[in-house]
Amino acid sequence: MSAVLEAIGVRKSFRKQTVLDVERIALERGRTLALLGPSGAGKSTLLAVLGLLERPDAGRVLLDRREVSAGDRDARLHVAAAFQRPWLFKGTVGENVAYGLALRGVAPAERKRRAAEALERVGLGGWQDRSALTLSGGEAQRVALARALAVRPRVLLLDEPLASLDAVEKRRLAREFARVLREDGMTVLWVTHDQDEAALVADDVAVMRDGRIVASGPADEVFFVPQDEWAAGFLGLEAPIEGVVASVEEGVARVACDGADVFAVTDTAVGTRVRLGVRPEDVVLFDAGAEVPASSARNRLRCVVADLEHTGATFRAVLERGGVRLAAKVSKAAVRELGLAPGVEVLAVFKATAVRVAEVSRSGREVSA
Amino acid sequence: MSVFAEAIAEGLDALVSGSVDVWGVVATSLRVSGAAVAVALVLGVPAGLYLGTRRSATRNALLVLANAGMGLPPVVVGLVTAMLLSRRGPLGALDLLYTRPAMVIAQTVIAVPVVAAVTGAAVASVPFDLRLQARSLGASRWQESLLVLKEARMGLVAAVAAGFGAVISEVGAVMMVGGNLEGSTRVMTTAIVQYTRMGRYGPALALSAVLLALVVAVNAILAQVQRSAERFERS
Repeated sequence: MSAVLEAIGVRKSFRKQTVLDVERIALERGRTLALLGPSGAGKSTLLAVLGLLERPDAGRVLLDRREVSAGDRDARLHVAAAFQRPWLFKGTVGENVAYGLALRGVAPAERKRRAAEALERVGLGGWQDRSALTLSGGEAQRVALARALAVRPRVLLLDEPLASLDAVEKRRLAREFARVLREDGMTVLWVTHDQDEAALVADDVAVMRDGRIVASGPADEVFFVPQDEWAAGFLGLEAPIEGVVASVEEGVARVACDGADVFAVTDTAVGTRVRLGVRPEDVVLFDAGAEVPASSARNRLRCVVADLEHTGATFRAVLERGGVRLAAKVSKAAVRELGLAPGVEVLAVFKATAVRVAEVSRSGREVSA
Repeated sequence: MSVFAEAIAEGLDALVSGSVDVWGVVATSLRVSGAAVAVALVLGVPAGLYLGTRRSATRNALLVLANAGMGLPPVVVGLVTAMLLSRRGPLGALDLLYTRPAMVIAQTVIAVPVVAAVTGAAVASVPFDLRLQARSLGASRWQESLLVLKEARMGLVAAVAAGFGAVISEVGAVMMVGGNLEGSTRVMTTAIVQYTRMGRYGPALALSAVLLALVVAVNAILAQVQRSAERFERS
């Protein structure tokens, strides 16, 4: 893979407080990297540095391996951004979408054509002559995306583009935007504090905390096997389960964990120290004494409910068995039916394919497995 | 009350019969003040842009100056301009004293702080993030400034109105540097002073009415421009 835009060793401080200290972040060609983190983690500052909108105190930004800076307007012309608020300019939708093209000296007729094309891409075909200031939040955000897409940037930076929308519109636009960006083969940095949104749009994920990137990698890996307890908590998971591969048969490994064996699909060598991750939605609960029907689910762990948390439409049950902690997403009806409450014993069932495995290197850092 | 009745009758006669060169004086006023506002826009808008978009100690000091300049007494401006343009003054060689260009210079000095301060306030109301958005789409500093002015265009209309209002109705500066010469540097305000001193209330009243009508008309036109722009933006 080749990085289109990367930042190496970038640091930034405000009033003597370090707000950004990133060793390396790279946006790979044609992939969407979701930059996740709580408010104040430094995500927007990193986006501003990558977008050449702010100069870092130290470090380098490379566009196609060439060092660039905020003063380099030619480089800035290869990057476009859209923010949490769409920041549409006074005038028509068409004028807004064509703005970046006008800045690049594109002829008026071509500008119109490309603006119409970009609006078509975001589902607003024929909206050119409407006033930009009369749009709903979702419509305005579509126009903002069309405006950024119209200039055909090498890299698109989206800073919490859906954060100000309601939940339904947010999910709908996340799906649509992700589809458009994938179809266009766009290289994207998508900043968000919403992990569901990130899961929907991202190929890769980087998690930020206190100005640093604390976890990064393919979305599947980061979302399933958190690198530490903080990342696990932020991603709505339990801390990763640690164990050692005891045996491997036909691609299924038996991982000996503290107090239980967990089966996982992996070709990791016997004796390797690994971390395991299981998404709460992959864990099904049964009554502890129930006869569980035969299925392909290899993992059947008798656990105790350590905690039960109401998370809106569903519940999140935290389960313990020895040193193994799991979370399960359960419906209200299931809570009632199983009589779930702290201290109750249940049977947790999940497939070996639902268990993600990451090797732990000697330095303690995780590597892809 | 007869003084008012007589003055109104004489004023109407002056406007209609042309016994007094009311329209010539009005034309001179419009030329001088129009030119002064035009020059003030050229100088004041970039200054306002600086005041509204920068954050520095120099900008803060200039903002204080611009705000103070809005209350600059025209007679003080007239005095300093007259001294600069007088034969013994540093610009005496230009021989401009008691000419229309001298009046334009004085009125420009009065209008620039007004235009700069009002423009600055309008520009400052354009959110920084909107400028950042423009930059993130590739805008150069110059293109970003143009966008900011476009976004603040209602404020620019207000700046024109305030600048014009400040100069068309001032009397001290034009009197001192123009000399109120009939057919040359006499403008509405100096003519009103002149006729009043002579006890000719009729022409003075006629010119006052025209001056008021002009100020109202200019502001009505500018307000209409603002309303039309607003209607377009919201439709």
